[in-house]
Amino acid sequence: MEYFELLLLGLLLVCGISTCLTKNLLSSLVIFMAYGVIMSILWALLRAPDLAVTEAAVGAGISGILMFLTLRKLRDLKRKHADETEEKH
Amino acid sequence: MKRKKSIKERLREWDADAFDLTERTAGPMHPAPAAPEEEKPEEPPAPERETRLGSRALRILYSVLAALFGTVMLSFLLATASELPPYGAAENPVHNAVSERYIRDGMRETGAVNIVAGVILDYRAFDTLGESHVLFTALTAVLILLLGEGVHRESTGQIRMQQDRIVTNTASVLTPIIILFGVYGILTGHLGPGGGFSGGSIVGAGLILHSVAFGYDRLGRYLNIKTFRIVCFAALAFYSLSKCYSFFCGANGLHTVFSPGVPGRILSAGLILPLNIAVGVVVACTMYGLFSVFQRGKI
Repeated sequence: MEYFELLLLGLLLVCGISTCLTKNLLSSLVIFMAYGVIMSILWALLRAPDLAVTEAAVGAGISGILMFLTLRKLRDLKRKHADETEEKH
Repeated sequence: MKRKKSIKERLREWDADAFDLTERTAGPMHPAPAAPEEEKPEEPPAPERETRLGSRALRILYSVLAALFGTVMLSFLLATASELPPYGAAENPVHNAVSERYIRDGMRETGAVNIVAGVILDYRAFDTLGESHVLFTALTAVLILLLGEGVHRESTGQIRMQQDRIVTNTASVLTPIIILFGVYGILTGHLGPGGGFSGGSIVGAGLILHSVAFGYDRLGRYLNIKTFRIVCFAALAFYSLSKCYSFFCGANGLHTVFSPGVPGRILSAGLILPLNIAVGVVVACTMYGLFSVFQRGKI
């Protein structure tokens, strides 16, 4: 069991650092959701099932969806802006 | 947008005030990432730096001071952390009379088998009330920002989602299970893991999945801005009314009025079950509402 926890902690570190370092925002977001899943397993192992359920629903689910939508919107804005500047020049 | 900039370049630009923040906040339609390129199209940064030779020394001084400050703060924090009591030891100061009593008498006094629910919705319900008001204020701010009329609405238009066969088929199987699990979590929050917040967010996730897979029209028939307002107002008002007696009787609960019942039954634990339902309904509506506002600009 202890090895499993250590493995999870290591994965947590890897996920956290690579979330910051990944250039592509979309993959960074996916890694962040993986971070949420690992965190929720860790909460369950720490005997905090309440937190585990909440983390799985919010950290790995809904906040990810909201950030996906934000990325999508940013892309649309960028595209719109590019069109506008092309029209100007 | 063609030339990618490294973080260092961006930082240098920001440091040399090439990032004009006032310009960007003035125009709401201005997309953030593309702004600096437009301001200074192909101008090499060299002449600008020559005029700011004096600021170079300042910048070095600034980074040295920042590193020094960071090191000092870090060492202070580490020194403090090393003097903390060992993790999980029995004689730690957190194990005092309060937690002892909660653990010993919690089930008898609140009727909740899940001691977490007993603490946050009965003993410390007043704290939870304050927390939920903080959340509600934040949500209100977000809604004001995103539901604003005018220019903003135009710039953040609706995101169209294609209906995908895989998503639709998966959702038709999974949605009822997810929502059922969320409802189960809300209703048995005083008996086991779960409760208003987590159950409500699971229900909200189910609603989001449904609206992604089948579009808004089906869900919008009964979950529109009107029901959103009514449900949120009713649940929050119920929560506030049922917990504002703490203003008058302090930490003493009204256990004689709302009897704890027999621990372990669904209808037990006094006010915890109705409060869980109220919280769960608000959270589910909020999660779905946030998603909808993010995606379409309206609920």
